[in-house]
Formats: sequence, structure tokens, C-alpha cells
Amino acid sequence: MFGRVVWLVLKKDLAIEARSWELVITTLFFALSAVVVFMFAFVREGQPLEGAASGILWIALAFAGTLALGRTFERERQGETLRGLLLAPASRAAVFTGKLVGIVLLLLAVELLLVPLVVVLFQENDLLGRWPLLLALLVTGAVGFATVGTLFAAMLVRARSRDVLLPILLYPITIPALVAGVNGTQALMATPPAEPLAIMWIAMLVCYDVVFLTLALWVFEPLMTE
Amino acid sequence: MTLDFEEVHATDISRHFGRRRALSKLSLSLRAGEIVGLLGPNGAGKSTLIGILSTLVSAGSGEVRYGTHTSAAGGALRARIGFLAHELHLYSELSALQNLTFFARLHGLDDPALPHAALLRAGLAGRGDDVVSGFSRGMRQRLALERALLHAPRLVLLDEPFTGLDDQAVRIVDDRIRELAGAGAIVLVATHDLDLADGLVSRVVLVREGRLISDEPAAPGLRARYRSVVGAG
Repeated sequence: MFGRVVWLVLKKDLAIEARSWELVITTLFFALSAVVVFMFAFVREGQPLEGAASGILWIALAFAGTLALGRTFERERQGETLRGLLLAPASRAAVFTGKLVGIVLLLLAVELLLVPLVVVLFQENDLLGRWPLLLALLVTGAVGFATVGTLFAAMLVRARSRDVLLPILLYPITIPALVAGVNGTQALMATPPAEPLAIMWIAMLVCYDVVFLTLALWVFEPLMTE
Repeated sequence: MTLDFEEVHATDISRHFGRRRALSKLSLSLRAGEIVGLLGPNGAGKSTLIGILSTLVSAGSGEVRYGTHTSAAGGALRARIGFLAHELHLYSELSALQNLTFFARLHGLDDPALPHAALLRAGLAGRGDDVVSGFSRGMRQRLALERALLHAPRLVLLDEPFTGLDDQAVRIVDDRIRELAGAGAIVLVATHDLDLADGLVSRVVLVREGRLISDEPAAPGLRARYRSVVGAG
């Protein structure tokens, strides 16, 4: 039943998105623009500033993710459909997970665009050769950021200042995930690559994900009861 | 076994939002087969009361019992509650049929005939594939009502069910509410439309400033009674 509800909520979100592609286009375009702007700031005479690429990748991901979170829950606010979901006899944790999976998929799509772009613009050609560890970093980082973001965005869906409050609440809590992502990616970009260090950051991200996913699934139901 | 109940008892329920008192020690009983009209001026606490009965809003104090159960029964209890809110809980980007199919499946109802039957009852049989954003308020209202009733709930909570409806649709909704009560549902209708409530409801509950000020069987001349008790209308 849990998996069925997750799938239903995800499928519904995908069906809505397939009507306009609004969320995918705006999020990808924003992420792309951010990386291109950073490229003009940090690449001088064809040489990128050392260590800048990993930070730019994760900053662009965080900002694009915040944009996506706001828009996703704006859709649930119109017509108060989130209340409609909460009224269903389905597990509220499953409703949360369905929304979360949708956000994670969107973040993974952003990463799919950003990683090749950062590799090309910041001349990090060796990074793709370490793709298993890079993939682990990107997936665990996206899950951690999206877990906290989905919880806060759902909590704020009826708040008047939700657009202001979401980043104020989200960034301080997700700093450990973003720092781990930046440092792990930096370790993979080093010459020679510091793979044990990258694995340590991945382990930290896994811990972060487990803690916040457990917490979010636990508190979602009481937090959603007004 | 499916959870069921034939009575709902709210006892001394209070709720504050910040310093604003929405409900104050309100007690109310609802029974199967009744159509109870919940009347009162704007801000009287009607929507808060319906929110609490729907389990979406928690009471600050007091208790609501659904037969022998409380809101702690969670999903099993929600499976027996149908709620038509002022905001219609419909995805405007999806078609009418997609909305009904989604909510039916969320209730564990996989029969593909069910959403089509609901569309027919809503008078939207030919519009199932049209997106809801293109519907008039009245069409959305009819669709939302059938969405709320897909799972044949025992407790039916209707917040302004006649909003945006033309005369013909009002008659259809009126008949639907009577049919629900006849089938043993507990129906609570919050409305400002006293003319429509008159003759439909079997009991009238009046609230003002979060307090219950009258609870009596319905009688002709509802508007006059409302004016004498509430002082406006």
C-alpha cells in the first residue's frame, strides 16, 4: 500500500508536469544560467579558478532545487490539493515520499545537465572517469537536500511568507549536505583524486539522509495536522 | 473489518489560532440519516468545526468521537469521511477524469467504472477529458462534490456546497444530499444560503463567535429564526 501511494502521487505529479513542462524548463534554465554566469566570473583567460567548479555545481543545484520546491508546492496550494491528499486514507508518510521522489527526480535531471556543463566549462575532464563515486555523491546529496526541502515546503504551504521562509529555514539545515557534496566533489576533482576522502563524504551524506528521512517521515503527519 | 460509526459526538471542543478564538467549548452530536445545517455569520467558526470533524485540524481541547473511535484511528477513519471544502481539492491542470481516478485510487478504489459513474452524476459525462482549469466554478463544484463522495463516506462534510451552482445544479446537489442521508450518511452542511437550507436540513445548528447558540430541529421560516438568534442574514 505504501509503495502504491508513493507511485500514485509521483505519477500524478508527472502527469501535471507533462501538461506544461513548466517546472522542468524553469529549473533547468535557471541552473544552466547560474553555471554560465559563474563561468564568466571564475574562468580568466581560459583558466578556471582552482576549486571553484565543485562549489558552483552544488550552489546551482541548491538554488535550482529551492525554485523547484517552491513551484511544486505552489501547485498543491492552489485548490488546497495538499489537504485533499491528507484527507485520503493513505499513509501520510507515503504521500510525503511520493512528493519527495518527484523532487529528487527533478534534481537528478538538473545534475544530469549541470555535470557535463561544469566538466566542459571548468575543464574537469577527469571527473567523468570517476563516475561511480560522483554518482553516489550526487544521488545522496540530492536525496538529503530534497528530504529537508520537501518537509519545509509542505509545512509552509499555507504560510503567507512561504517564499521568504523556505530559503531561510532550508539553507541552514542543508549546509552539512551541501558542504559534504562540495568537498566530496572537490576530492574527486583533485589530482590525483582523493577517493578515500570522497567516500568519507559520501558516508556522511548517507548518514545525513538516513537521519533526516527518518525524521521527516516521523514528523510529517503531526506537522500537517493544523 | 472496515471501521464504521453511526454517530459523531464533539464534546467541549475549543480551538484558538494565535490569540483569535475560533471555537469555544462547542458540543455537537450528529447521527446517521440526518442532514444538519451549520449556520452562522462569517468568522463564526463553521469552517474550523468542519476542519476538526474532518481530522485535518486538531482541537485545542475537547474530544471528537466517531462512534467508538477517535481521530487516532487515522487512515481507517479518513476512509469514512468525505469533505467538500470551499477550496475544491482538485488539480486544475488535470482532466476531470484524471482527478477522479487519482482520488479513487488513493482511496484504494480501482474499479475503472467508478470515476465514470461519478462524472455522470456530476453532469460532466462528456467533459471527462477536459482539464479542470477550463471549467466554470459550478462545474468544478459538482466535480468536487463527486470527488468527495467517491468512497461512499459515512460522514459527509459540505462547506458551502451550493457556491456557483445554477438552479438546475442546485436541484441535482440538493437531491444528492437527500439521497446520501437516505442511504444512512451523516451529513453536515455549512452554508450562508438560508433559502436553500430551508427545507433541506433536518436540524439547524447556529454558531456565533465560536460558540453554539442554538441546536434545534428544522422548521419553516429558517431566515426569520436565523435573524432572531444571530441578528443578521
